[in-house]
Amino acid sequence: MLQIDKVRNDFPILKTMVYGNPLVYLDNAATTQKPQCVIDRVCNYYSHENSNIHRGEHYLCEIASMAYEDAREKVKTFINAKDAKEVIFTAGTTASINLLAHTLGKSIREKDEIIISHMEHHSNIIPWQVLCSEKNANLKILEIHEDEEETLEALNELISLRTRLISITCVSNALGTILPFKKIIDVAHKNRVPVMIDAAQAIQHMPMDVQELDCDFMVFSGHKMYAGTGCGVLYGKKHHLEDLPPYQTGGGMIEKVSFSETTYAKLPYKFEAGTQNIAETISLGEAVEYISNIGLENIQEHEKKLIKYASEQLNTIPGIKQYGENTVRTGSISFNIKGMHAYDIAMILDKLGIAVRVGTHCAEPLMHFLGIKGTIRASFAVYNTKDDVNRLIEGINKAIGMLG
Amino acid sequence: MIKTVKEVQDEIIEDMSHHEDWMDKYEYLISLGKTLPPMDPSLKANTFSVPGCQNRIWVSVEIQDGKLVIQADSDTHISKGLIVLVLRVLNGRTVDEVNNTDLYFIRESGLRSNLSPSRASGLLAFIDHIKNAAKAL
Repeated sequence: MLQIDKVRNDFPILKTMVYGNPLVYLDNAATTQKPQCVIDRVCNYYSHENSNIHRGEHYLCEIASMAYEDAREKVKTFINAKDAKEVIFTAGTTASINLLAHTLGKSIREKDEIIISHMEHHSNIIPWQVLCSEKNANLKILEIHEDEEETLEALNELISLRTRLISITCVSNALGTILPFKKIIDVAHKNRVPVMIDAAQAIQHMPMDVQELDCDFMVFSGHKMYAGTGCGVLYGKKHHLEDLPPYQTGGGMIEKVSFSETTYAKLPYKFEAGTQNIAETISLGEAVEYISNIGLENIQEHEKKLIKYASEQLNTIPGIKQYGENTVRTGSISFNIKGMHAYDIAMILDKLGIAVRVGTHCAEPLMHFLGIKGTIRASFAVYNTKDDVNRLIEGINKAIGMLG
Repeated sequence: MIKTVKEVQDEIIEDMSHHEDWMDKYEYLISLGKTLPPMDPSLKANTFSVPGCQNRIWVSVEIQDGKLVIQADSDTHISKGLIVLVLRVLNGRTVDEVNNTDLYFIRESGLRSNLSPSRASGLLAFIDHIKNAAKAL
């Protein structure tokens, strides 16, 4: 059981007053707030450990390097990777996908195919779009249906002998819809196609065991799972990562360098050129520990109840339209109110101290598919409560009164 | 006697100050927005959009007898309210007047600091657009 009062106390920012009202933070799919232990971890790093990792023989270098590698071990355990070398630290989900698109991209040939879904956010569209355009390859779009079987059938039809990768999100960042990613991986593997899953909106809400899922690659961001900004992970099966060429080159990723030749370092350093975002990456280790101490199952149960409650309460509002209501959702609820512009509502909510996201949520193609310009998205984290939902509903009703 | 640009701006600052908190000010903007005259649909073809801002604004700038005739519309109530205020200051002025006007009411009424960043930059871009269109006439 999750002790919500204790959890809320861990997040100092939740005590903020916004225009005279206590903050209700429902923009967690954009970024989550940070518990005190994560904030302290960053502060402690700069106060007592700061140095450049893996590059020196002195005391500070050693303890900073150990802290960084300790974060890697924690992430490895959290996602149940076989080996810590399979955990590559990056600047976040976008950086991880770009890394993969650039390295895997080198072996993509004309008429090869990459499959993504119509629910992707821009970060899992554009790197592949650019790659396909450069290589004269084809980007194919898998439509996600409410009926899982239809989705899998559509996938079976899309896959061909030229399919080189399926890159798919686990959870729609715009709608909260959970995709049947495990089944997608199974179908892909039957056809010998590797799969990258984008866990940016999943890793903080549900257990993601890479061995059980058998995904070839998995990417996620630290800042959406209670860690600092500018850190994230590319997980890859060891043999895949060994096969890929390096991405960025420079210091830290080499074994030997002469003017005629360079040999690259082994995993994971081959992909970690230059000075990394050390402090925030160490904070990711702390965040993972924070989540594990509460228990992902407890978080999942708490958030599930909250989403259900929010969905029911939203449906009491006249003119409400939820998107993805008939799907299994986690993290987010997206909606519009008939005759009202989402921006007007969000601006009034803001003045009431309620933070939501409004617009296309960096998923414009999905908005085109739904035939809408955008939505209001309320997204939840471990520290949200039914009171937050009640404040949201009151706020929306007040906005409707003002705008009507 | 037509009021000067300064007089109109000072009036707006005064009006806004009567609405105590920001909920009242928003209510005032929304009610102003409802008074915005409908725009000639044929002029809406010329869509003006602000990058990064998803609410739409349409604007048309013409000149009649040396004075600017500005029509504008938006799909959000709050933007409509802002349009009413800007047009109150700029409509019927000469090109020179418009280009030499510092729209200080946006700062001094607290609008600029209290709008969301995308809405505030949208408002400023809207004004720039009018000024540029006026120069081109």
